[in-house]
Amino acid sequence: MTDFPRILTRLMTEHPSDSHTMARYEDSGGYQALRHGLAMAPADVAAVIKASNIRGRGGAGFPTGVKWGFLAPATPRYLVINGDESEPGTFKDRQLLERDPHALIEGVILSAYALGCNHAFIYIRGEYPKPARRVQHAVDDAYAAGYLGGDILGSGFDVEVTVHLGAGAYICGEETAMLNSLEGLRGEPRIKPPFPAVQGLYAKPTIVNNVETIANVPWMVRNGGGAYAAIGPQGSSGTRLFSLSGHVNRPGNYEIVMGMTWGEFIEDLGGGVRNGRALKTWIPGGASAPWFVPDEHLHLPVTIDDTGKAGSMLGSGAVVVMDETTNVVAAAHRMVRFFAHESCGLCTPCREGCDWLERMLWRILNGHGRPYDLEMLLDVCDNISPGLRWPPAQTTICPLGPSAVQPVRSILTWFRDEVEAMIGAGRGVEGALVG
Amino acid sequence: MTRPMTQPMTQGTTVAIDKIVPGWSAPNRERARWLLERYPQRRSALMPLLYLAQLEHGHLTDEAQRQVAELTGLTAAQVLAVSSFYTMYKRDHVGRYLISVCTSISCYLLGGDDVLEAVEIQAGAHDGETSPDGLFTVEHVECLGACGGAPAVQVNYEMIEGVRPEKARGLCDWLRTASPQVVFGDEMQALFGGQRSFDWGPSETEGAIAPVPAFGPYGSVGGSS
Ligand SMILES: Cc1cc2nc3c(=O)[nH]c(=O)nc-3n(C[C@H](O)[C@H](O)[C@H](O)COP(=O)(O)O)c2cc1C
Ligand code: FES
Repeated sequence: MTDFPRILTRLMTEHPSDSHTMARYEDSGGYQALRHGLAMAPADVAAVIKASNIRGRGGAGFPTGVKWGFLAPATPRYLVINGDESEPGTFKDRQLLERDPHALIEGVILSAYALGCNHAFIYIRGEYPKPARRVQHAVDDAYAAGYLGGDILGSGFDVEVTVHLGAGAYICGEETAMLNSLEGLRGEPRIKPPFPAVQGLYAKPTIVNNVETIANVPWMVRNGGGAYAAIGPQGSSGTRLFSLSGHVNRPGNYEIVMGMTWGEFIEDLGGGVRNGRALKTWIPGGASAPWFVPDEHLHLPVTIDDTGKAGSMLGSGAVVVMDETTNVVAAAHRMVRFFAHESCGLCTPCREGCDWLERMLWRILNGHGRPYDLEMLLDVCDNISPGLRWPPAQTTICPLGPSAVQPVRSILTWFRDEVEAMIGAGRGVEGALVG
Repeated sequence: MTRPMTQPMTQGTTVAIDKIVPGWSAPNRERARWLLERYPQRRSALMPLLYLAQLEHGHLTDEAQRQVAELTGLTAAQVLAVSSFYTMYKRDHVGRYLISVCTSISCYLLGGDDVLEAVEIQAGAHDGETSPDGLFTVEHVECLGACGGAPAVQVNYEMIEGVRPEKARGLCDWLRTASPQVVFGDEMQALFGGQRSFDWGPSETEGAIAPVPAFGPYGSVGGSS
C-alpha cells in the first residue's frame, strides 16, 4: 500500500503511553485546528467537510457534508455523536474513544461551530464505561482549558458537551432511537420523515454523526477538505478504520486507504486464515451485511460502492472471517439470535419474524428441520424485507428487521446444499409446531 | 466529581432532591443534582438517574423507580417503560459480581460458548441466574465491542479479552477468594486475559465498585482518578 497519513491512529501509535491526555494531544498540534477553525466563518468550516467527500462511518455511508446541508435553520440545534457501537464485529470506535478522546472532542467543537449548535451529546453504549471515563476526563480537561463552555478562545462561541451512557440496547445506535433514548424514552425508532436534521432531539434540528466520522474533522480543518478528498478512491475518500475478527491470524483495528482487494485485506493485513485453513466466507461490514464468498468476491476492491454493487455493504467497517470448519447454519443462527434479542418490538414483522427465523434455524441445527423449511425461511424473510433485494426494502420502521434477513439469505444463496444436507440428515418432525 | 458546565441547562436545583431521596448518600444526592442540570429537559436525566438509583438500592426496586419518577417529573409507569426496555437496568437482585460472557458471532467462532459454560459451572449460577451465595450473576451477552480479542468477558462491565475456559474458571475462583472491592479491567486482563482487540495503553487507576457501569457521574467508580 502506498504511503498515507494516519489520520485516526497516528497519535496512539506514536505515543501509546499518553495519547489520551490533554498534554500529549496539545503537544502534537492538538486544538490548533480549533484555533484555525474559529477564525473562519462557520459556513467555511462546513464547506471543508463538504469538500472532503467523507461518507459517514456509522453504517449507512451517507455523505456527511450533504447531511449537514439539510440542517434546518430553527434554534436551538443539537449535535449528537453516535458512540453506541454495537454492531457485532465492530470495535473501532472503542479504540478511538479510549486512545484519542481529544480528537473527537476537537471535532465536536468544530462541527458544532460549523453547524451553529451550542449543545452536543456524546452517546456511548453502556458496556463501554472505560471509553466513557476517558471521554469524560477529556471533556473536563477541555472545559478547564477553555475549549468548551462559554466564549471559547474569545470567539464568542459557546458549546456544552454532555456524555450520556446507554444501557444495553443495540437499537439505540439507530439515530432516531438514540434521540428518543436521550429524551428519556424507550429506544424505539421514529418514523422518518421528519429527519433529525429537521426535527430531531426535542423536535429541534439535530445532526447525528458517528464517532469516527467526527474524529476526522480536526485533520480536515488543518489540512483542507481537498487534501482529505485526495486520499483513496473516488466515493471512498479518506482513511478508514476497519475491525477485523474471527478466524484470522491477526485480528484488530486497521486504518487503511480503501481500494485494496478483499484478498489483500484478509491475507496481507489479517495474516490469512488461522491454522492454515481455507477461507469459507466473510462478512464485509458487520452482522447486518450480506456475506461474501471467495470465488465471487475475493478479487473485488474494498470500497463503499464496489461492495454495494456486489450486493453487500461496508456498513460499520467490521469484517468477520469464517474458515472452512464453520457450521454456517450455526453462525447464521447466532446472528439472527442477536437481531431477535435486539428487536425493539415496535414493528410486527421484525418482532415476530426475527423470532421465527431464530427458532427455525435452531430447529434445523438440532436435527428437526423439514424439507419445506427453506421455503418457509424465505417466506418469513420476504415478509420483513419484500423481494429480498439489495439494498433491502422493508415493512418496518427501521432497518433492523431487514438486517436479520441477511444471514439467512446469505446461507441460502451460498450454502444451500449444506442447509439441505443438514435437514436431510435430521430426523424431521412431521406436523410439529415451530419451535 | 466532574466539573460543572458553565451554567446549568435545566433548573435541576429546584427539585427537592433531599426530600425525595433522603436515604441516598450525600455524594449521590449531589450527583443527582448535577445530572439534572446536564440536559435541556429534566426527563433526559432519567437514564443516568436510574443507574444512580440502582447503585443506591442494589437493583431497581419499585421504591427506587418511584423516587426517580419524582426526580424527573414522570409517572412510575413512564419510568418502568424505560427501565424494562434496557438490559442493563436490573429489576431483580444482582450478585456482587456480574459476569457477562459474549456469545455473539466473533466470540462464538472462537469458543465463547465454552467460556460461558466454564463460568456457569465455576460461579455456580446458570445463564441469567444468581449463585445461591449472592456472589455471582452470570449472563450471556451480545457483542461487547471486543471481537478482535474474542472471546470477551466483562465483570461489572470492566473488560477482559482473549479469555479461555480455564482462565474463566480462574477468574471466578479469584473473585471468590480475593473478593476485590474494586474490579480493575487491567488487573483482570493481566491475570486472566489473552489476545486483545488493540493495545490498551497505560493501565487505569479506576475500576468498578458495583454491577453498574463505572462512570464518574454515577458514583460507581473505585480507585483514584
Ligand atoms: C439498527 C441500527 C443500529 C445502528 N447502530 C449504529 C452504531 O452503533 N453506531 C453508529 O455510528 N451508527 C449506527 N447506526 C447508523 C445510524 O442510524 C446513523 O446512520 C449514523 O450514526 C450516522 O452517522 P454517520 O453519518 O457519521 O455514519 C445504526 C443504524 C441502525 C439501523
Ligand atoms: S462478538 Fe464478542 S465482543 Fe464482539
